[in-house]
Amino acid sequence: MNKSSPPRFAHWLLTKLHPDDTLEEVEGDLDELYTYWSTRSGKTQATLRYLLNVVSVLPPFVLRRKTNKQQYHNASNYRLAMLSNYLKIAYRSLVKHKGYSFINIGGLAVGMAVAILIGLWIYDELSFDRYFQNYDRIAKVLQTGTFEGEVFHGGYNPAPMGPELRTVYGDNFSHVVMSSWTDDHILAYGDKKLSKSGNYLSANAPDMLTLKMLSGTRAGLKDPSSILLSESVAYALFGTADPVGKSMKIDNKLDVNVTGVYEDFPYNTEFRDIKFIAPWELYLLDQPWIKEAQDSGVWGNFSWQVLVQIAPNTTFKTVSEKIKDIRLKHSPEVAFIKPKVILQPMREWHLYTGWDKAGNVEGRIQYVWLFGIIGVFVLLLACINFMNLSTARSEKRAKEVGIRKAVGSLRSQLISQFFSESLLVVAIAFVLAILLVQLTLPFFNDVADKRIGILWTSPVFWLLIIVFSLLTGLIAGSYPALYLSSFQPIKVLKGTGSSLRFRVGRFTSIPRQVLVVIQFTVSVTLIIGTVIVFQQIEYAKNRPVGYDRSGLITVAINTPELRQHYNALRNALLETGAIVDMSTSSAPATDLKSQNSGFDWEGKDLNFKDNLGTIAVSHDFGKTVGWQFVKGRDLSRQFTSDSSGMVLNETAVRYMGLKDPVGKQIRWNGKVFRVVGIIKDMLMASPFEPVLQTVYMLNYDWANVINIKLNPVRSASESLPKIEAVFRKFNPGSPFDYKFTDQEYASKFAAEERIGKLGLLFTVLAIFISCLGLFGLASFVAEQRTKEIGIRKVLGASVTSLWQLLSKDFVVLVLISCLFAAPTAWYFMGRWLQKYSYHTTLSWGVFAAASVGALSVTLLTVSFQSIKAALMNPVRSLRSE
Amino acid sequence: MRRTYLGEFEEVVLLMVAILDGEGYGVTVSQALEEHTGRIVTFGTVHNTLIRLEEKGFVRSELGGATAERGGRRKRLFRITALGSRALQEIQQLRQDLWQLLPPNTLQLNGI
Repeated sequence: MNKSSPPRFAHWLLTKLHPDDTLEEVEGDLDELYTYWSTRSGKTQATLRYLLNVVSVLPPFVLRRKTNKQQYHNASNYRLAMLSNYLKIAYRSLVKHKGYSFINIGGLAVGMAVAILIGLWIYDELSFDRYFQNYDRIAKVLQTGTFEGEVFHGGYNPAPMGPELRTVYGDNFSHVVMSSWTDDHILAYGDKKLSKSGNYLSANAPDMLTLKMLSGTRAGLKDPSSILLSESVAYALFGTADPVGKSMKIDNKLDVNVTGVYEDFPYNTEFRDIKFIAPWELYLLDQPWIKEAQDSGVWGNFSWQVLVQIAPNTTFKTVSEKIKDIRLKHSPEVAFIKPKVILQPMREWHLYTGWDKAGNVEGRIQYVWLFGIIGVFVLLLACINFMNLSTARSEKRAKEVGIRKAVGSLRSQLISQFFSESLLVVAIAFVLAILLVQLTLPFFNDVADKRIGILWTSPVFWLLIIVFSLLTGLIAGSYPALYLSSFQPIKVLKGTGSSLRFRVGRFTSIPRQVLVVIQFTVSVTLIIGTVIVFQQIEYAKNRPVGYDRSGLITVAINTPELRQHYNALRNALLETGAIVDMSTSSAPATDLKSQNSGFDWEGKDLNFKDNLGTIAVSHDFGKTVGWQFVKGRDLSRQFTSDSSGMVLNETAVRYMGLKDPVGKQIRWNGKVFRVVGIIKDMLMASPFEPVLQTVYMLNYDWANVINIKLNPVRSASESLPKIEAVFRKFNPGSPFDYKFTDQEYASKFAAEERIGKLGLLFTVLAIFISCLGLFGLASFVAEQRTKEIGIRKVLGASVTSLWQLLSKDFVVLVLISCLFAAPTAWYFMGRWLQKYSYHTTLSWGVFAAASVGALSVTLLTVSFQSIKAALMNPVRSLRSE
Repeated sequence: MRRTYLGEFEEVVLLMVAILDGEGYGVTVSQALEEHTGRIVTFGTVHNTLIRLEEKGFVRSELGGATAERGGRRKRLFRITALGSRALQEIQQLRQDLWQLLPPNTLQLNGI
């Protein structure tokens, strides 16, 4: 008989797609039918029918034979006995492999601790200012505009702004509050004198800020000679006695009555430094020029804050729209800067303050995102470790799975076994993580300038954290659970397990390698980022400042006595021998407070809108701070004409386009100044910005701080008491408060250093976690290849070549990670540096160093295991077979 | 007793398995169906029905009887179980009872 065979393609399709367990019989049946059909109706008919019938037994048409599940129907996976068995096995395998367990649990705990810390930090950032009940309706009045192509935003407002908003736009506001800036003032009660920061606020401020009064009333501020104290200040001044009704003094001149005590503002609020509140009316009485500015409508002096609470029936947007042209209306001459008045809602104060030159928001919200992402990544790294180690160890557990299946375990039972195991590990890690967080919080708070605590009592916190742990457990446990439980017992138990080794070794090593690459990409990116942050700080710190910070201290002039006796005070101080020189100025050397326009000079373009930093100094300022002259000379008492003398910095000369400026006249505010000298740029504002064009003019009346240069041959601890004694004599009313200029200067780096330190912390943790994982993997690989290494040694392999053999794979993975990390870091750090005008450049050195660093850490980690394996005696590893 | 629903086609296939008495497998059942009822159905239908009958416990199966004709592959041979034969008998009994209830002339009239 001419034996024809069924069409090959259809047959191939059948073998590929038909369920395995019924393939044999169906294949046979169809073959038999094909022969039957072809003998009855010919080959074509048979082929057609064969095709049709093959399709009828392919999915989705075909049914699968079910395994005999019904007989286990009542065997619930969650019986107590079963659960306790799972836990017992989990416990035993944890104890048996102490190293792995330590790596698993430790890594996961560190990862979770980091995630919890970051979570708490983000929560704190997001809940900033929520203490105030009118959170949703309070806003600050901001001035914006465009000057020299750059958008600016400022919270400084003119004095008549408050009355204007109250009278003209009153319908839109529940409260309009005028406010001074938070400054240090001297509070005195009897003999007790304290320097505390506080504000002058309009009388309705306590209602707007919903002060929690502990004693007295909010209405107390309506009396112009009153003061509200925070609880801490009240305690410091009056002890436990009730201060309400007592009279005290502000700055040794203003007599006030305490009319109330309020609960201190929490640390995570904008107003945390307001330790006392005095009435705005008192401020006006004390400083008549401000009252004058307010009443006669001086719209050009921007020196105060205005806070508002909008009416219940309106929104920030509509009110902003209504008030936007106030400045234009009152100062039409500034139309060229396109001035606008807007409201900034309280919910944006903390996270959305800060704008780039184009006016885009560049606030802390970016750091919230950044750290949020880092937190997720660190946790991910820990989860990856867990998955990697579990799958790597799967060969060890494969036999267990085989036996469990052989005695009748269902796949779902195995899945729940492995999940309960990973949940147990997560639970242990969770407890450890909470402990770790509790231990590291003080340090973390210190670095991050926060007062965060674990929210023990918050149900939301617990709910979140439990959901998050469960999620971690499920994600981390899913791979082993689903993968291990899919082993076929016969293959696992057959013994040599060549097929098993294939599945466990090659096939699963690819995802594992991908995970290692992800881990190290994150770690190397973090290393590069942190190094660049520190480089930038170092770069700015090494910038020439143009004066001498060492031994320079400043004392604020907060009482009239100090200003009146300039020469007497200076002579008395010089007599002590503790100082080299003393001078006064309108601002300390570390803070350029004042900028002005309206200067006029020879050759000035009429359309040029000038803007210069202005500082008033005394004759001795130069000698005190040690500025350096490029041309001309310092201000001197020998020249009486120097009473209208002026010193420019180099930038100002360039800015004004002056040629040979010494001796030239400059007019400002109707006064003529004569340039006597040019100094090297003195860095007074941000160390990351270019130095502003600045003029230093002689003026003894416009003085806010006393600058003192300590005698370098004596120690500060020796000099300071002597200086203090002199101050006590001249200014008996106030405590002697001084600031070291180098410390003030260093504080300009605080924000950057904070980022750097936090970044460093997270980087170290990320590397730690990644290395833990690598260590585990390396030891696993070494263990798996014990026999191979034994045979190689017997055949004459050297320790070095074995070490290379075992380390090579990991080094390649880390190299790949570096290739990914470098461009990522390049892109993000490049963008970060763009924020600073004065910034370091990205150099290949950093990238190379970070890569080399990561590689060497990897090699160290891996070598420990690989050298151990390479040194092992082959007799021992080969004997057992 | 738990009554298991038995569809019309399932009933016919079950009868075939009973008729073939131990020799029933995919091919023979299909051929018998074609021969005795004239119904041509796809092999998948028969295959699925046999699986379903086995799940319901009406037949049991075992592998065996490899022949050269089918390339040495084994057959899955089906045999009716006690539950299966009782189900068939019950159906038969039910039909007979119902026939008894039929008024004498109804079918004759309709049959014309």
